[in-house]
Amino acid sequence: MSRSAEAYWRANVRLVLLLLAVWFAVSYGAGILFVDVLDRFTLPGTEVPLGFWFAQQGSIYVFVALIFVYVVRMNRMDREFGVDEGDDT
Amino acid sequence: MNVQAWTFTLVGLTFALYIAVAIWSRARSTRDFYVAGTGVSPLANGMATAADWMSAASFLSMAGLISFQGYDGSVYLMGWTGGYVLLALLLAPYLRKYGAFTVPDFVGDRYYSQVARFVAVICALFVSFTYVAGQMRGVGIVFGRFLEVDVGVGVLIGMGIVFFYAVLGGMKGITYTQVTQYCVLIFAYLVPAIFLSMLITGNVVPQFGFAGTDLASGLPLLERLDGLHQELGFAAYTDGSKSTIDVFFITAALMVGTAGLPHVIIRFYTVPRVRDARISAGWALLFIAVLYTTAPAVAAFARTNLLTTVSDRPYAEAPEWFTTWEGVGLMGFDDVNGDGTIQYVGPNAVDASGAPVRNELTIDRDIMVLANPEIAGLPDWVVGLVAAGGLAAALSTAAGLLLVVSSAVSHDLLKRGFRPDISERGELIAARVSAGVAVVVAGWLGINPPAFVAEVVAFAFGLAASSFFPVILLGIFSRRMNREGAIAGMVTGITFTAAYIVYFSFVNPAADTPEHWWFGISPEGIGGVGMVLNFAVAWMVSRVTPPPPEPVQIMLDKIRVPRGAGAAHEISA
Repeated sequence: MSRSAEAYWRANVRLVLLLLAVWFAVSYGAGILFVDVLDRFTLPGTEVPLGFWFAQQGSIYVFVALIFVYVVRMNRMDREFGVDEGDDT
Repeated sequence: MNVQAWTFTLVGLTFALYIAVAIWSRARSTRDFYVAGTGVSPLANGMATAADWMSAASFLSMAGLISFQGYDGSVYLMGWTGGYVLLALLLAPYLRKYGAFTVPDFVGDRYYSQVARFVAVICALFVSFTYVAGQMRGVGIVFGRFLEVDVGVGVLIGMGIVFFYAVLGGMKGITYTQVTQYCVLIFAYLVPAIFLSMLITGNVVPQFGFAGTDLASGLPLLERLDGLHQELGFAAYTDGSKSTIDVFFITAALMVGTAGLPHVIIRFYTVPRVRDARISAGWALLFIAVLYTTAPAVAAFARTNLLTTVSDRPYAEAPEWFTTWEGVGLMGFDDVNGDGTIQYVGPNAVDASGAPVRNELTIDRDIMVLANPEIAGLPDWVVGLVAAGGLAAALSTAAGLLLVVSSAVSHDLLKRGFRPDISERGELIAARVSAGVAVVVAGWLGINPPAFVAEVVAFAFGLAASSFFPVILLGIFSRRMNREGAIAGMVTGITFTAAYIVYFSFVNPAADTPEHWWFGISPEGIGGVGMVLNFAVAWMVSRVTPPPPEPVQIMLDKIRVPRGAGAAHEISA
């Protein structure tokens, strides 16, 4: 593997780990492990217990956002490292 | 028009639509048949993936489960959506770059081993057949209840439709019918949800209504629900009763299982480029999230509705839908105290004097979504629409699964296994014949469902989580992972998970209680532990055995960069 390919792979893994940390925090963190703590608060503007909201709504919204962030960042990274697929194949 | 006429009309119209789409998009080559010629646009693929994934279980059963389990039902919501993040970030782009036709294809090539390929084929077949049986049962329920035809006839009609477009169209036909089916099912899910939301909370958007106010009592909806639960002796709706560790592991098993399901993974082989695979995972989850964020709202509305309409009412005055569902055996009333009133209460219920009250009502969880429009007194056409939506969900998933079965036989077993010299034409015929046989077997399972469908579906998730996911992930992210490690890991993961589930579900069901489970982890969640074991064993074994050969290293370099994806092709590593 060339040096630039190695750098690309490292940057890729770093991005994935960062996004997975958020993924873990909103579902296993807010929705499961700390649900009782968060349930003492409510979602701002509503009366919904916060931990319960994360488990049944919030985590799903964050999941969708995570994939779109990944797509945008990866596509940009592909171009920076010159490994993108061009406009057509 | 009455409910039945509406149902016949809407189901008939949607079926005609699926057949028309299937004829327009039929397959002409094995590439068309397995991966739709890799020419599917990311948006269409996202929609097809959403329909592929959302089965009769998501459409019919999930809101009902959440409705009865409250917070505990969150495991399905997080588990069945969070898996897409894993799929999008860790698997889909690389598998698309590799450009195989099936999942066992990748496993067999990456681990340079026919044994690994064969183990993967067995897992794929097992997972898919279990699932298909569940879908056919869903078809049977809808037909039995709304069209008042025999369940067997219902399954036969469903089989006929799937047979037609899966066998004729292959992946190409399936993809475009799934796009149509997504539109049907999401419309059918949202219409009653919006009606209910307006009825109960006065808010048009169910997701907002969920966080809004119950009009009847003036209290916030969830507070009102917790109050009703306490009054009737159920655990609080927003609390749940499963242990934290169990919720954690069930969620993990469902998430990882989702990312390892072959019928979902192969959808990402159908797009032209790596970046299309990435974005179509995003579209897929967005389309899925529309239903999955609506479901908990529907669950809360349905629960409120049910508790306020049936509880403490005289049985003689029970509404019409109550008696219809009772007629098909999915609701039951047993007047334990002989007062002629329906007592629907939880385990902690007591009367004014403090004496315990016994529950007299049983409700099959699977009927909540179907019964909802009737409970709320919505127009007849909404009921028909829900029936058509449930069928769309069941058929779209069944078709995707049948394709996995067919390609496992014709491609993995024949072409890449026992008959490598088979011609393109012969392979296509074999694919169609095995799809046909699979439809018949699935139909038979639907008419004579094994008594343990629910356990077996949990088994399928645990199996996918503890076998496929670690092997594929390590195959991409670890250069050192070799044949010996992968096979040892898969075998350990599967054996452990299967043994735990079989012991508690079949050998000793009496012991299936939290005090007997290891660390309080239920058989539903044990796949998460199996996955960890798989990773650990694979890593250790791979360190003490020779590294993978040179061609595999070169293949790894290639799949890690997007450039040069092109069409699906065969690599011999």
